[in-house]
Amino acid sequence: MAEVDAAGEDAVDRTGAQRYAAEWARAVRRLGFVPLSAAETERLLLAYTLRLADALRTDESVASVAEEIGRAMVETNLTEPGMIEWSVRALADRLPARVLCGRGGSGAAAGLAGRIAAAQGGLAAGFARALRDRTFVHQERIARSAWQARDAVEQALRDSEARFRAVFSGAAIGIGIADVDGRIIDVNQAFADMLGYPVEELRRLDVASLFHPDDVAGMSELYRELVEGKRESVRAEQRYHRKDGTCVWADLAVSLIRHDDGRPRFTVAVAEDITGRYELQRRLRFQALHDPLTELPNRTLFFETLGRLLGQAGPVGLCFLDLDGFKAINDSLGHDLGDRLLVTIARRLAGCVAERGYLVARMGGDEFAILVDGDAGIDGVIAVAEAVLAAVSAPVFVDDQQLMVSASIGIVDSEHVGASVAELMKAAHTTLYWAKAQGRGRWAVYDPERSARDIARSGRLAGLPLALDRGEFVLHYQPIVSLLDGRMLAVEALVRWQHPQLGLIGPDRFIGLAEETGLIVRLGEWVLRQACRDARGWHTEFPDARLVVSVNLAARQADAPAIVDTVADTLASSGLPAELLQLELTESAVMGSAEEPLRTLHRLAGLGVRLAIDDFGTGYSNLAYLRRLPITCLKLAAPFVEGIRGDEPDAADHRDERIVDALVRLAHALELWVTAEGVETEAQAERLRALRCDTAQGRLFGPPEPADAIRTRLAGG
Amino acid sequence: MPDGLPTEIDLSRPSAARVYDYFLGGGHNFEIDRQLAEQIAAMTPNLPATMRAGRDFLRRAVRMLLDAGIDQFLDIGSGIPTVGNVHEVAQAANPKARVVYVDIDPVAVAHSRELLTGNDLTAVLHADLRDPEGILAEARRLDLLDFDRPLGILLAGVVHFVPDTDRPADIMAALRAAAAPGSHLVISHSTFEDQPQEMLDAQRLSARTATEITLRSCAEITGFFGDWVLVEPGVVYMELWRPDSPSEVDADAQRFGAFGGVARYDRAAD
Repeated sequence: MAEVDAAGEDAVDRTGAQRYAAEWARAVRRLGFVPLSAAETERLLLAYTLRLADALRTDESVASVAEEIGRAMVETNLTEPGMIEWSVRALADRLPARVLCGRGGSGAAAGLAGRIAAAQGGLAAGFARALRDRTFVHQERIARSAWQARDAVEQALRDSEARFRAVFSGAAIGIGIADVDGRIIDVNQAFADMLGYPVEELRRLDVASLFHPDDVAGMSELYRELVEGKRESVRAEQRYHRKDGTCVWADLAVSLIRHDDGRPRFTVAVAEDITGRYELQRRLRFQALHDPLTELPNRTLFFETLGRLLGQAGPVGLCFLDLDGFKAINDSLGHDLGDRLLVTIARRLAGCVAERGYLVARMGGDEFAILVDGDAGIDGVIAVAEAVLAAVSAPVFVDDQQLMVSASIGIVDSEHVGASVAELMKAAHTTLYWAKAQGRGRWAVYDPERSARDIARSGRLAGLPLALDRGEFVLHYQPIVSLLDGRMLAVEALVRWQHPQLGLIGPDRFIGLAEETGLIVRLGEWVLRQACRDARGWHTEFPDARLVVSVNLAARQADAPAIVDTVADTLASSGLPAELLQLELTESAVMGSAEEPLRTLHRLAGLGVRLAIDDFGTGYSNLAYLRRLPITCLKLAAPFVEGIRGDEPDAADHRDERIVDALVRLAHALELWVTAEGVETEAQAERLRALRCDTAQGRLFGPPEPADAIRTRLAGG
Repeated sequence: MPDGLPTEIDLSRPSAARVYDYFLGGGHNFEIDRQLAEQIAAMTPNLPATMRAGRDFLRRAVRMLLDAGIDQFLDIGSGIPTVGNVHEVAQAANPKARVVYVDIDPVAVAHSRELLTGNDLTAVLHADLRDPEGILAEARRLDLLDFDRPLGILLAGVVHFVPDTDRPADIMAALRAAAAPGSHLVISHSTFEDQPQEMLDAQRLSARTATEITLRSCAEITGFFGDWVLVEPGVVYMELWRPDSPSEVDADAQRFGAFGGVARYDRAAD
């Protein structure tokens, strides 16, 4: 409904105003962003419409009202240029017709047109001023925000930088930064302290100049790979020279820092001084590998080194030595002095080879070893051994005591022994033993053949007692015949070892061993009893033959107090008449000055057995003594008989023949029988017969043979 | 300084927040922003309208949440809250409503702080949507929002800045997991569905701001709401979501190229 006031001026059509506001709202919402709902927008614009209409209708200062509305539009974000364009245009085009109920004449219309123009100007000016103000405010605010944000970021960077600086300068650990050319850009105090330089001086240095000369090659390579971007980090335990020339060990971690595009930019090194830890490790390792007394390398280091040298397949020589009689020194003078002696000797040994750089180790006790590597050859090793013997033999003064010591050395080398540690050490021990056995204070070189013999010997040595228990020994008998009529008067019992693997072994290969070990007593008793049993058998079968069995008694057997009882018991148990048993003794066994052997011989003779001296002429017989012995027979040693060949007598022949002649005469003077051993030819037999030798044995009259063969012989007559 | 946030302010590059402000008629922008905005506008005449529609959608959604009793909001990707911003809308209806704004753009954050000086019920966080745990931890530290009570989580036009490689679904799940029953989630998101080529081309231009836009399907966007219950009318073109009046709705609503939706965390759905 149009409203006309009393003044007759244009009235405001509320319905028209609502329609106008709705059009206005649609327009602005179409033209730009309005942060209000459609209804809210329409309500807001209706208020503006009514205020404008009111101002146009009346004559109040319409321009200022319109200006306020223009400003309000901006404040509600109706800022799109299209919006003000529509609003200004509609103020003239649409508003009067729709909202103002125009009734006035042309004068009134002219007045309205002027007011509309004023309103348009005011609206545009208000909008423009407000928008300009708002834009200034926005621009100012966004710029300030940008600067604030930038300040915040920079502050954060400064904080970060400050924190980094605090960490960098305060760190107990060394930190250094270098560019990819190796120029040091910055280091912290800890880094400078570690290397003993002022920070400023380090900043002028190059990374490579700090490398330890021994590490330059490896480190340069690693560092190059790092700065070329081929690796991200390097970790190493590294030596550095401090400025004062001392050495510092560092646990070093170097990392590569790249540009955003990936190009290497810096290296950052973090280094911790581990000199103390490293020294401790080194000391512990030294302790683990060295003898605390002499500070020489110990067994462990020796075997490590030996193993390594053998692994390199080069020749390795070894002097293995111990001091002669060290135990006696230790026991008599005390361990303290013994230890000091060892320290002195150790120094001398080290001095001997220091120039050549050979390893000297204390193997334990008074045993030392020297490793001779390189191409010294066996002569080089011997030269070392000679030097060592000379060094050791110089007098040692300990506590005013002058000690004379010597050493024995076993020399082995890998070319002759083999390249295993175990073989080499075993051979070294063996060779040292040889040197000792040869009389100490000397060296011996390993001899594989001798070693093989030793091994065979020790094998036999170990096998002897068992062989006796198993009954592996047998007796062979060699006839002893009358040179007058060729009749077999006696047989000599000779022991053989029927070895299960080696076959028949002669006495020369085990009697010596049996004597060394004392087994000879048991073996001899077995021989005695077996021989008596065999002889008793022959005697029973052939009583007229009166065949005597001759059994050797070893010196140790003869010395044994029980020998007389043993012989008596053997005779009793076998039933052999005593006069059919002859015991052969060596000269040395009977010629002692002691009373005991003599009494034993008399008691044996008292049993009725015959006693013979074996190998007569090879020892030193006391003829006066011989006269008092209760013996019945002398057996001439084979070498004398060998000298008598009979066919072509020469000077030597004559000499031997004259000796035999003298001996036979001597025996006969003492009323003793004489048996010649080793008779091989008829000519020899003839000469011996001519010299009145009584009996003989040897190949000519039959070799040693089993008991059955003797029986056959007896049976054959 | 939180991880992943810029360590320098580069004013030689346009900012999404300032471009958006320009499209909304604001003056909080620089020449470089306006150049990009004009370029985008020239290529896709619909885009400014789309942005306005997005702002309208946010206003309607916030009003709906206020009607539902929500009085605290976490607005992530708030940009430069010049006009029609959430705290104004919310506090107009409920003067005690609380709002925490979150943005990755340090300039936008600085601007917001200045703008909100004196408003004790609002706060601004400088954080990255890709770090939801960080956002939640910071927000809890502010002690402004009560996570034991229903919360409105607003993600208006921001999730499309998160590429698939940053697992946006996981981010949404983390945010949902922090909220109490009765909370609402508001998402608007650009799409390639039914879009003309120039819209897709414009997406590539967005690469010139700090972040590129990833256009997603309606189904993908719906997935971001997880098991929360979508309120009527579900995920639709923004203009179709509860318009103020049917007459407002454009004949071809898809021209705005973005979907919007609101979902509620029902206890029953737990």
